[in-house]
Amino acid sequence: MLMEFGEDAKLLAGGQSLIPLMKLRYANPSHLVDLNFISGTSYIREENEALRFGALTRHAQIEASTASANIPIIHDCAAGIADVQVRNRGTIGGSLAEADPSGDWATVLMTLQTEVRCQRSKSDRRVQLADFIKDAYTTALAHDELISEVVVKTPPKGSGGAYLAFKRSAPVYPTASAAVQLTMDGEICKDAAIALGCVGLTAIKAKDAEGVLRGQRVTAKTIATAVEATRAVAEPQSDMRGSADYKRTLVGSLLKRAIDVALRRARGEQIEASHIYA
Amino acid sequence: MPDVIEKIAIKLTVNGKAHSLTVEPRMLLVELIREALDLTGTHVGCDTTYCGACTVLMNGAAVKSCTIFAVQADGAQIMTVEGLENHGQLHPIQKAFGDAYGLQCGYCTPGLMLSTAQLLSQNKQPSEKEIRKAIAGNTCRCTGYQNILKAIQMAAQSMKGA
Repeated sequence: MLMEFGEDAKLLAGGQSLIPLMKLRYANPSHLVDLNFISGTSYIREENEALRFGALTRHAQIEASTASANIPIIHDCAAGIADVQVRNRGTIGGSLAEADPSGDWATVLMTLQTEVRCQRSKSDRRVQLADFIKDAYTTALAHDELISEVVVKTPPKGSGGAYLAFKRSAPVYPTASAAVQLTMDGEICKDAAIALGCVGLTAIKAKDAEGVLRGQRVTAKTIATAVEATRAVAEPQSDMRGSADYKRTLVGSLLKRAIDVALRRARGEQIEASHIYA
Repeated sequence: MPDVIEKIAIKLTVNGKAHSLTVEPRMLLVELIREALDLTGTHVGCDTTYCGACTVLMNGAAVKSCTIFAVQADGAQIMTVEGLENHGQLHPIQKAFGDAYGLQCGYCTPGLMLSTAQLLSQNKQPSEKEIRKAIAGNTCRCTGYQNILKAIQMAAQSMKGA
């Protein structure tokens, strides 16, 4: 169908971003192809040390799944997106394909090894998430391709992650967000992955900040240095959610708290964390 | 845009009653409920996926009916606020919202009651935190939410045996 209708056709997954965008006339597709009636596209499977999410898996299913609870950063994300009603409809594949700069999934999955399976009628390719997200609302998907599956590698033992997003109320996009995944060997950080959301055209991988932590003892001082390095790479825009300065300060504070939760989770503590709102 | 919009035949069950209709593909579920079926208890508040006044249950899950096309509800079981009462008897959730003064102007109330219905179908004894999370997608501009919380706790209490 996508071949037939060409570039003006759009795929409809959960519709929780696309339908509002259409109402605002930001999106004006000539045809909508509804994916919701295709069976077998909504699942969570644990296989070969990876979690495989069918593209149409709803946030609510991920929130409720014990398999995803084993990767707490995924639960943080799924349980905090918008509100119950939106989580009942919105999908992980739709969120990635939308590539909204304020979307949650891309930021979180950037800190894990994530592959996006892109399918055409007769072929299929796997794209690393970092290569998949090209720009705001722009992905590596061709117009006749769709996401069939999102494959997330299970982090190694001794790894802990956390995602914290700040929003003014439940249904809105976050003002800023920070995702961190730390793999610890005792007091030493073996590996670090840090990504920031809502402070650039895409989720931003904070490579300098990762470098500050990697191979080091994680102390208050190294955390402070990493937070400063993170603030430096954020490229926030002033808008109704806050000024650029405010968002730069906020994203650093979120990262600091997320590192604290990630460290404690790496030690095996069970801590609840998610989106923060009044 | 084509000059003539082709209508699509759908079948769905609303509050236990089966309906067959033909609708334009651009029609929203809330428009179908209010305009085609004349069930005006489901409200349109913001029409931007924010306020939750249009919340209905679709196959048991709370959804914002302003953010679903009617054709997507083909084959679905829908419950609106009109489906809560049973032969003139108020549903315990409706009774609790009245008894606890969980409403003032009432515009958001149908949506809140259906969010409550999903919550209590999955969690018979929700904590205050769980209730707040369950209704975070429903905006009320009158009550300040305190009496809504009390109403949901009261409803949970009266439905415990059910």
